[in-house]
Amino acid sequence: MDKQKGRGKFVFFCVAPAVILFTIFMVIPTFNIFKMSLYKWGGYSNNKTFIGFENFRKLFNDQKFLGAFQNTILMIVIVTIVTFAFALVFAAILQREKIKGQNFFRIIFYIPNILSVVVISAIFSAIYDANNGMLNSIVNLFRNANEPIYWLGDQKIVIYAIIGAMIWQAIGYYMVMYMASMAAVPESLYESANLEGASRLTQFFQITIPLIWTNIRTTLTFFIISSINLSFLFVKAMTGGGPDGASEVFLSYMYKQAYTNSSYGYGMAIGVLVFLFSFALSAIINAVTKREVIEL
Amino acid sequence: MRKFLSVILAMTLVLTSFAGCGKTETNISTNTETSTSTSTSENTDKPAPAGKITVAALESAYGVEAWKEVAAAYTKQTGVEVNLITDKNIEDVIGANMKAGEYPDVVHLATGRPAALTETMIKDNALTDLTDMLSMTVPGETKKVSEKIAKGFTESSLTNPYSDGKTYLAPMFYGPCGLFYNQGLFEEKGWTVPTTWDEMWALGDKAKAENIALFTYPTAGYFDAFFYALVYSVGGADFFDKVTNYAEGIWDTSEGKQVIDIIAKLASYTEKSVPSNANNDNYLKNQQLVLDNKALFMPNGTWVVGEMGKAPRTDGFKWGLTALPAVKQGGDRYSFTWFEQIWIPAAAENKEAAKNFIAYLYSDEAAKIFAKEREGSQPAIQPIIGLADSLEGDNKLFYSIYDNGAKAALGGFAATDPVEGVSIAEATFEAVNSLVSGDKTAEDYKAGIVKASDALRPHIKK
Repeated sequence: MDKQKGRGKFVFFCVAPAVILFTIFMVIPTFNIFKMSLYKWGGYSNNKTFIGFENFRKLFNDQKFLGAFQNTILMIVIVTIVTFAFALVFAAILQREKIKGQNFFRIIFYIPNILSVVVISAIFSAIYDANNGMLNSIVNLFRNANEPIYWLGDQKIVIYAIIGAMIWQAIGYYMVMYMASMAAVPESLYESANLEGASRLTQFFQITIPLIWTNIRTTLTFFIISSINLSFLFVKAMTGGGPDGASEVFLSYMYKQAYTNSSYGYGMAIGVLVFLFSFALSAIINAVTKREVIEL
Repeated sequence: MRKFLSVILAMTLVLTSFAGCGKTETNISTNTETSTSTSTSENTDKPAPAGKITVAALESAYGVEAWKEVAAAYTKQTGVEVNLITDKNIEDVIGANMKAGEYPDVVHLATGRPAALTETMIKDNALTDLTDMLSMTVPGETKKVSEKIAKGFTESSLTNPYSDGKTYLAPMFYGPCGLFYNQGLFEEKGWTVPTTWDEMWALGDKAKAENIALFTYPTAGYFDAFFYALVYSVGGADFFDKVTNYAEGIWDTSEGKQVIDIIAKLASYTEKSVPSNANNDNYLKNQQLVLDNKALFMPNGTWVVGEMGKAPRTDGFKWGLTALPAVKQGGDRYSFTWFEQIWIPAAAENKEAAKNFIAYLYSDEAAKIFAKEREGSQPAIQPIIGLADSLEGDNKLFYSIYDNGAKAALGGFAATDPVEGVSIAEATFEAVNSLVSGDKTAEDYKAGIVKASDALRPHIKK
């Protein structure tokens, strides 16, 4: 009994530091954001006015916010689908097939992850440059027009241009994650599948995917969180939300409102919505993709 | 024994985690130290004694050397210690402390920055009234501050944001804004710099034939100075007041329509790739168009010379600056006078000492230090009467714009309480990108300005 009590104490003291730190740096700030979203406040002075849910009411009538919302959802959907598909296929090829220079490709695919977003943005700004960018030079070989394509200047294209950079940056990271879990799939399964005469494609869908399913589910949540976070950095470094707000996303709009427009409380209301939205979306994805875990 | 050991272990864990916290804090304060350039004391946390003030200044194209020298000269003259904090993103350095209730005594930071710290302080009524500072005697001199500051500078909405005749922000470092161009190209082609908008359009067609665009702009935000000067030249001071106070129906008047028409027409003469690069990271490409003779004019300020100092340029390139063309032959031409602001937070601890410091910035001694030519930075010109006469080089040419018949346009949109989701700058300046790319028509553009004006009108600061 006494031993049990001592053990309890030990566990308590072991867990306490983490809990305290988590409370100070995660729980309290989050709670503060929820609180501040109910105030009209510039952010720097002592003049705070409590206004209840007024910020949220305004938010749902704010066309620019809805535009940023649309852009963010578009980003999450396209970045997730395309990155997921490419990362999975590349991982399967590099892990399962015997091709020359496997390690070389691994490194090449992973390099974008070592670069900072600002560097990637600078690279893509150069690629997308309308007058002497690489992309237009290539595209112009196949198209006969005097006017170049304004990748970052055309309001209908700009968001896809940013998505392109995000996908390029993300593929390597997810590929490595999938490769790691694919390496854990026992070789014997593939051997017996080969004996049964299953094609490579069948093996991929019947063995590989089911066995790395838990990993895939985790990465789907990652996709949502990182799309929301990274989109801010890319937008900030490539377009600043422009031209004329066409590439605004959740967090860049939040920044603009909280600081540039001196509406800190309103910005925090956006923060609250982003928080709830990403939580809800992750929960839905998690629930939808729930499968019985295959144990070997 | 085992129990004792486990408690000891647990305690160590707790302690190390707190030690971790402690370390973070030291790190933060070391960071502040590194950004403190001429910190004469080691601790910024304690309230400063009366003989010491904290000055936060933006490190801009004017550099920090001048600030260091001015601070030292002030200490030498008055004995008051100056704790100078400078940074390229001064908002990030002082912002966190301000949120926590610790304010610097003097802040040199102009409006128009993305973080909008100064605007937020204005909107929150968090500035100290500086009107009495204007009647103070400049330290070390016999003249009053108001007798030294050039006319008009302490009368605009940029210094008197609440239109109650009281000055809350003191004017600093001024410079003319206008249309910058390559004089060499004009001489080579035998073109003359247009004095009316009609001549401007004619020149635009001529240049088009030679594959040169008439116009470029760094970012759409640069339209502020252009817009204010245009509003002045179309309708004079009265019209300017109405526009900047969001007067109802002002955009339906003939002057209002004319402003919209000129901006829309100018957008159609703008190099088409400009919106692609019109952001904080690529705007230099837009400025480069002028140096490459791919565009004729761009709205800008005198800092562009330093900014593009090392950029490649065509042979025979020579900077030129002209005021905005007049709307009709013989009409008034305006050049916007851009200036920065310095202010004292209402919550500052040493307000009187801070006012004395600001008064000193208008002394001949300080002005001379600011205006000195230094390697790698632009000379900063204080808005003091007669100071521009002593300039040399490019600056002499630029500051003489007002001697050559251009009138000075000062001011800006009236301060309002923050209105969530509405920004007059986005509607008026940022939307020019859409005009150029064709996503908005002149009608849409006007509708956007009217909508923002309607939303802001009831919230003007009284």
